[in-house]
Amino acid sequence: MKNGIKTTSLSRAAIYILLIILSLPILLGYLWLFSGSISDELEFGIVPKRITFENWRFLWSDITIGTKVFPNIWPITLNSLLLSGSITLLEVLISLLAGYALSRMNFPGRNFILKTTIILHAFPGVALLIALYYVLNYIGMIDKIAGVVLVKVALELPMATWMIKGFFDEISWEIEWAAYMDGCSRLQAWYKIILPQIKPGIAAVALFAFLAGWSEFIYSYTFIFSSENYTLAVFLKNLIGDFRFLDYGLLAAAGLFYMIPVIAFFLISQKSLATIKFGGIKR
Amino acid sequence: MSELEAKILERVTAKKASMEGVRKFFTALPFLGPFLFLIILFYLVPVILTFTMSLTSMDYALEWNFVGLKNFVRFFQDSSVKIVVLNTVKYVVYTLMINVGFGFFLAVATSYFIKNENLRLAFQTIWMLPRMTPPVVYALLWLWFLDPTEAGTLNSVLHKLFGLPAQNWILNHPMKVVIVANGLIGTSLAMVVFSAAIKSIPVDYFRAASVDGASDWDVVRHVIVPFLKWPIMFMTIWQTLSLITSYEYILLITDGGPLNRSEVLSLFSYHKAFSNYEFGYGAAISTVLVIFAVILAVVMLKVFGYDAIMMRGEIDEKRDKDHISF
Repeated sequence: MKNGIKTTSLSRAAIYILLIILSLPILLGYLWLFSGSISDELEFGIVPKRITFENWRFLWSDITIGTKVFPNIWPITLNSLLLSGSITLLEVLISLLAGYALSRMNFPGRNFILKTTIILHAFPGVALLIALYYVLNYIGMIDKIAGVVLVKVALELPMATWMIKGFFDEISWEIEWAAYMDGCSRLQAWYKIILPQIKPGIAAVALFAFLAGWSEFIYSYTFIFSSENYTLAVFLKNLIGDFRFLDYGLLAAAGLFYMIPVIAFFLISQKSLATIKFGGIKR
Repeated sequence: MSELEAKILERVTAKKASMEGVRKFFTALPFLGPFLFLIILFYLVPVILTFTMSLTSMDYALEWNFVGLKNFVRFFQDSSVKIVVLNTVKYVVYTLMINVGFGFFLAVATSYFIKNENLRLAFQTIWMLPRMTPPVVYALLWLWFLDPTEAGTLNSVLHKLFGLPAQNWILNHPMKVVIVANGLIGTSLAMVVFSAAIKSIPVDYFRAASVDGASDWDVVRHVIVPFLKWPIMFMTIWQTLSLITSYEYILLITDGGPLNRSEVLSLFSYHKAFSNYEFGYGAAISTVLVIFAVILAVVMLKVFGYDAIMMRGEIDEKRDKDHISF
């Protein structure tokens, strides 16, 4: 028995050490974002030697390299906010409607729609990029933020709807029945009685929709060409193209600026993160 | 009752039922309308379009010039396809191994070996970071970490620890870089799914094992692994599906280079369409991927079954039973 305990604590110590060693490079990377953004010289890659705010100059002046002038970051930040805000609003609204119908209504084709939703949930929409380009061009939404919003909402809908359906499934039928007794229509019951019950679920879906929109890169990069419609992701990608090897400090600061919503999200909702994010997948 | 009467009655009932179905569908339509509209416009139509475009020599002008199976013939004759397919297989297999293997290690380490709740949370949060980071920033971290000069982080660490000379990692080992970078992203997903599975194992199993004097390794092998069989299978199919079609991180870190050495099929299709403006050929490559992805998705559902997840709305059960009509 004593021997057994000894092995246990030994293996436990080995696991700890291994975990720490493996986690270090990741921590190092994120530490660098912070220290690199406020210093022009680093020791051992991450320890700041001299503090400077020069790297954050994109906040108050235009970035130039040679004769090339990068667009000002504030309108672009606004674009990103507009994009993620619209995605959040549409995705939440549409998935609330559809999730309700799929959870609590019975109609022909329901099983088919449910199965399709699960398949689409697993299906990576990015494989359809070329055709999506054609569709957007056809409906006159190419090179527009609204076009990217529609595509992104559509591609995230199966996942969001599936999660929302799960929340609706938990609500007892009696509550809804009472609403009908009081003379509510289905739409009224949905809005007045059911929705308030799943507020936390709605908040979770909204948060993830916003972050997904904020991080979105490939669709903005492919479907938007005019610099006045750029989002932060595209801006940063272009910045990296020109300043890589030249000015990592600037890139760290810009990257950190772009990360602010993600960091805020991490600080606010650490604990519920894991369970909610993948709740939709594992059922 | 005559035969005719019975037949008429049957007809009437059937008609009533179908009318009822139509009526129910129209009750649901206001709720489902926007959902169906977007799904049709951005999933169904693009799938059909991808197939159709693959039969054309469409270019940037987006005109339909049908050329039959020319694109597919070209695909099988294209000399770079061989390299790209080989890269894709390597990429999917090795990344999957990191995803599942390392994800399993992280799940067992954090959910079984670490008993302290805060410490567990801290480690799991660290490993969630790559997944939650916007792809462009994540790519930036890799470019910085692998900077080819002597001052580059990995280079200077390796130099200080082992006296190794500086080297250009992305140029010399593009495939390895891409695999590790993508591996870390998928690892967190596997970690979370496996951790949830480990937590759902009844405590009695662990108690019984400890009464029998089992060591930690015995517990992992004989209690945890059998319970994780299904989640591991699920994760493998799920990740294969997304690895085969997604290329965002590769595009950002190596862009398939140098000289196609880290180009995978999905990125190849992207480059054909959006760098060379060969939309038809790009769509043909996508078609291959889409067919593969659909088959995989259907197989996944067959294997894991949707019967368990297919529940009729509770309210409808009740309504049908009590013959209530809205």
